[in-house]
Amino acid sequence: MTDEKKPASLQEFDAKLRQARDAADKSGGRTEPESDGRGGLGFAMRIGVELVASLIIGVAIGYFLDQWLGTKPWLMLLGFVLGSVAGFLGVYRAANGLGQTVGYRHGEQKSNEENGSDGQDR
Amino acid sequence: MAAAGHSPLAQFEIKTLIPLQVGQTDVSFTNSALFMTATVILVTMVMVLGMRKRALVPGRWQSVAELSYEFVANLLRDTVGNEGRKYFPFVFTLFMFILFGNMLGMIPYSFTFTSHIIVTFALALVVFLGVTVLGFVKHGMHFFSFFVPPGVSVILWPLMIPIELISYLSRPISLAVRLFANLTAGHTMLKVFAGFVVSLGIVGGVLPLAFVVALTGLELLIAFLQAYVFTILTCFYINDAIHLH
Repeated sequence: MTDEKKPASLQEFDAKLRQARDAADKSGGRTEPESDGRGGLGFAMRIGVELVASLIIGVAIGYFLDQWLGTKPWLMLLGFVLGSVAGFLGVYRAANGLGQTVGYRHGEQKSNEENGSDGQDR
Repeated sequence: MAAAGHSPLAQFEIKTLIPLQVGQTDVSFTNSALFMTATVILVTMVMVLGMRKRALVPGRWQSVAELSYEFVANLLRDTVGNEGRKYFPFVFTLFMFILFGNMLGMIPYSFTFTSHIIVTFALALVVFLGVTVLGFVKHGMHFFSFFVPPGVSVILWPLMIPIELISYLSRPISLAVRLFANLTAGHTMLKVFAGFVVSLGIVGGVLPLAFVVALTGLELLIAFLQAYVFTILTCFYINDAIHLH
């Protein structure tokens, strides 16, 4: 019967699959990011807008708070300053591969402290 | 250049194809809507018809479907991890929609709906609201600790929290503007250089023509890259919402 051979190979395959899954599970499923040109160029595309977007939001919040509270220029100026700081912070985070998380270390490091050395860049 | 109707920006004009009105709102079927519909139909066709055979050794068409699936699946796994699998349908739909929309826009005389900021902003807002709701569902009120950087003394909180809040709120803007600006700038540039070909004639037009050919290649790259960037940032945001910090 050819049936006898089939389950054996399937089991073998199953074991291999499980092994591969276990290996992937250890890092929470995350694998080392490939560092080819695609990632680099994609990264370059991100960074410019990062700076401006925070600035827009900061100024907009300040402007509308001004309209509402009647404190004409001051909250907008504050928003401008905070927005630019947030913009630089965003660029800093992106440049250091810190992801988008708040704070100054990797988002995943807290959830799995034991493999803190890898995941250097994302 | 030529007549006023041939401005490099004429390609972005919204034209009403079927006028519709619901109450006070204008819901006309425009060329933008037409191309979105075409994109959805095309993506569905590639995925459904491409996978119809389910061959063990994929043909060309099936390869396209499988490659795009694996590409997004790997992206999601690398950035979010195994918990991210639940969100694969959303991320994959987003990627395919933007990618095919960008690519359809590369066909001459077609319309690029991703070159309209309202479209990209709506997409970004869906991502932003979805991720925020996800964060609240996963962490409840603990989600607000997202805005407090760990290891910062309490004295600095009044300064840090607004900054983090602004940086969080800027996400949809940066997502939307990035896609919109790249597509609009690229397509405008193509049209401007194509205009030079006409105005310089056969002899002088060779150089800008070569440029247009090169730019078309670059635009194809950008069309893919912007879909990729939009998708990977969505993955990052999902990761943030799930894992907080």
